[in-house]
Amino acid sequence: MHNKIEDIEIRLFLEAIYLKYHYDFRGYAMASIKRRLLQARDQFGCRSISMLQDMVLHDEDMLAALMSYLTVQVSELFRDPAYFRAIREKVVPHLKTYPSLKVWIAGCSTGEELYSFAILFREEGLEERTLFYATDINQESLRKAEAGVYDLDRMRLFTENHRLSGGKTSLSDYYTAAYGAATFDKSLRKHVVFSDHSLVTDAVFAETQFVSCRNVLIYFNRDLQNRAVALFAESLSRKGFLGLGAKETLRFTDHHDKFDEFAREERLYQKREAA
Amino acid sequence: MSISLRKAVVIGASAGGVEALSSLLPHLPPDYCPVLVVIHLPPTKSSVLADLFHDKCRMRVVEAEDKAPIEAGTIYFAPPDYHLMVETDFTVALSNEAPVWFSRPSIDVLFETAADAYGAGLTGLILTGANEDGAAGLRRVMAQGGRGLIQSPETAYARLMPETALFLCPKALVRPLDRLAAELITEAA
Repeated sequence: MHNKIEDIEIRLFLEAIYLKYHYDFRGYAMASIKRRLLQARDQFGCRSISMLQDMVLHDEDMLAALMSYLTVQVSELFRDPAYFRAIREKVVPHLKTYPSLKVWIAGCSTGEELYSFAILFREEGLEERTLFYATDINQESLRKAEAGVYDLDRMRLFTENHRLSGGKTSLSDYYTAAYGAATFDKSLRKHVVFSDHSLVTDAVFAETQFVSCRNVLIYFNRDLQNRAVALFAESLSRKGFLGLGAKETLRFTDHHDKFDEFAREERLYQKREAA
Repeated sequence: MSISLRKAVVIGASAGGVEALSSLLPHLPPDYCPVLVVIHLPPTKSSVLADLFHDKCRMRVVEAEDKAPIEAGTIYFAPPDYHLMVETDFTVALSNEAPVWFSRPSIDVLFETAADAYGAGLTGLILTGANEDGAAGLRRVMAQGGRGLIQSPETAYARLMPETALFLCPKALVRPLDRLAAELITEAA
């Protein structure tokens, strides 16, 4: 019975966040968000989710702290190097035929994915013709993404990932190290627009040729996944590319027939001609 | 309360786990209830487990994919570097959130979410391991009315995980490795 009460409280909590702050987590995959809310409950010293709800409704400052529980920010530069290698070897030749490109990093979190793309596009000679949209709902994450500062001790992993992705330069060319932090060069942000955008509540804002949205859809329930994938299909131009996380698939969404598997293992899809 | 209780088995293993699972999973019949497995491996990001067990088992063996419906006759392995969870509509959910007990996938995360979904229909099994992951999860399984099963520490390659589970779940059934398959088959399927 205890369980059932928690489930009721979580629904009410998410409704309260939506009504008060217009962040809509109501369609998030329940198992994961429940775990994270129970962690938040304990972290804030609350006896129940209802108590946590009371606090966040009456204290707007608490929302920012709670956002780090409601959203998951885990990323690396060139995470899953095989994904970036496939982009380099298989997608870039297609992209080179376009005079101008728009790339949407949907759910960019703290920016690691964006810098990976910016570096790869520079290495492949595509950067000058490209505009990147880096979007997320978490303002704090967007701020960090725009700052481009990461712990120096993560650079070993990032450098190895970059090398495995087929990197043609040295990653250290792109950042300066000082006081335990690596700051990525601001020239990498010259072609980037950072923006607050929700895959749950907002609409398409541009026609794009590539959407990379990795390990974001796993936090959505099926309805929400369908909504997000429909946005990507609408945004992508004919034969545009969609990249998902290493264990994500379009198979269980309503829109799988709008895409072809372009690189199956690396979870790269291409929008069909008549989709 | 419910007319037909949905059944499933969740298994957690760490050090020595591949060997323990090799002497367990091949005994399960092809129409057995769904089995979900977390085994700690370094996040090499190559998924070898499903391939490894595919030829040995009579059940279908897959690496769990996000949103896949959980079906009988199938063994689901957690993919490396993702938590494996169960939604209450009996589908798979994957997550990238922080490691638990330095582990992603974590046994606790699988067991806790599966306990929410399957309740009394769930059997949780803790195998060998040198880690404390899984004990809290097994306690949750049993609190929800499910069955707790632990490999006897004497038959475990590493004793810490079964011992920790036993400490938190003193009412769980303890069986030597070579008796676990029989225990699973008679009670759960």
